Amino acid sequence: MPKPTAETPIRVLIAKPGLDGHDRGAKVVARALRDAGMEVIYAGLRQTPEEIVESAIEEDVDLIGLSCLSGAHMALFPRVLKLLKARKVRDVPVFAGGIIPDDDAKRLRRIGIRAVFGPGTSLEEIVRTARGIARRPS
Amino acid sequence: MTAARPLPAAARALLRGDRRALARLISQVERGDPAVGPVLRALHARTGRARVIGITGPLGVGKSSVLNILLAHLREKGHRVAVVAVDPSSPFSGGSVLGDRIRIERDPADAGVFIRSMASRGRSGGVSAATRETVRLLDAAGFDVILVETVGSGQVDVEIRDIASTNVVVLVPHLGDEVQSLKAGLFEIADVFAVNKSDLPGAEAAEKDLSELVSLGAPRDGWRPVVVRTSARERTGVAELWTAIEAHEAFLDAEPGRRAAAERGRVAKEIVGLVQARLARETSERLAQSEDDARLLDDVVGRRIDPRSAADRIYEDHRKPARRARRK
Repeated sequence: MPKPTAETPIRVLIAKPGLDGHDRGAKVVARALRDAGMEVIYAGLRQTPEEIVESAIEEDVDLIGLSCLSGAHMALFPRVLKLLKARKVRDVPVFAGGIIPDDDAKRLRRIGIRAVFGPGTSLEEIVRTARGIARRPS
Repeated sequence: MTAARPLPAAARALLRGDRRALARLISQVERGDPAVGPVLRALHARTGRARVIGITGPLGVGKSSVLNILLAHLREKGHRVAVVAVDPSSPFSGGSVLGDRIRIERDPADAGVFIRSMASRGRSGGVSAATRETVRLLDAAGFDVILVETVGSGQVDVEIRDIASTNVVVLVPHLGDEVQSLKAGLFEIADVFAVNKSDLPGAEAAEKDLSELVSLGAPRDGWRPVVVRTSARERTGVAELWTAIEAHEAFLDAEPGRRAAAERGRVAKEIVGLVQARLARETSERLAQSEDDARLLDDVVGRRIDPRSAADRIYEDHRKPARRARRK
């Protein structure tokens, strides 16, 4: 068996919580992370926070990306964080993207979302940040 | 022999039903972490109970959707079901998008289901080593049906025969004439054919063509593949599909030694693969590190020795220290 190395790809879950059909952003980000050499588990649309957390556990991801353009981010994102905590997943960082007002973004960062990306963020920045915050194999 | 040895903590956690421990062990298997070795060793005696079913077929035929209705059917029947969905890694970036979860509906609170996506990661020996060990972990964790979905083209397809005891090949109407299915080598894989999207016109003709082809060929190891029609969209044919799978599993158990013989063949391949991987790794390391071997490379480039003779020399050299160590 090969030795575990830095080459082991980062596994990232990309999911869209809630009732929001706008998945272009999530798909563009998934594609960019893939092209950066990551394994993207794409959970797609209309995921409940419970589904997202269970997927993150089963897939043992190093990072979770949530996308929301419906305006329900202040209800859904904190719920994902809470469920992660309840399941004792403490080492998997979460980032977010979508239409998120600055004040909300600040509050989300305060409760533990590691990065919030709005429209116009470059893919390079998203990839760089994702690499920077992803959990490393222990 | 080893019964007295206490179980590693991770193995105990897995046996307790700790899903995070199971998921982490699968990650260790995937990245080739040697720490998983003692766990696999300790758990091996507790494996072998699960039915391992391969699901393969060309791109876009609805493998994940068939898997989805099969999963629901099996849960209704009370089985604990694990899914391993393998997708290819990009040969350029090494990355991948694993999208099979999109098609699978399940209650996230249902502990009788475990789904894991796996990228092929361009491993030597393909996906099989990591997939096989993942299947064993799921088996030890008490999932009694393990569905392994593999991508639909090329070498990976055939490798599923080295992992699963029953293999389903999913096809659709209008995939091409029956000669296509002969070409693609699907007959070497299939114990069961599922003609999916059978709500579309042409399904009957496709089923008929396939059935004819099946009846033309000689049975493989005494089994003639069964053809069923499914529609994942209309959720039909799933009971027939499971019945066909069970019929093949029953066939394996119908004669003493038949299942064991099949597993023996798979295990032989697995062991050869493991030895190969180890020899390949050690040889690469030596060529990179040892000065003698570096000189050997120069000799091949300088036409003083041919590559086969160089390989023979390295191989013989390689065996010596191991023999000495064993004698001590």
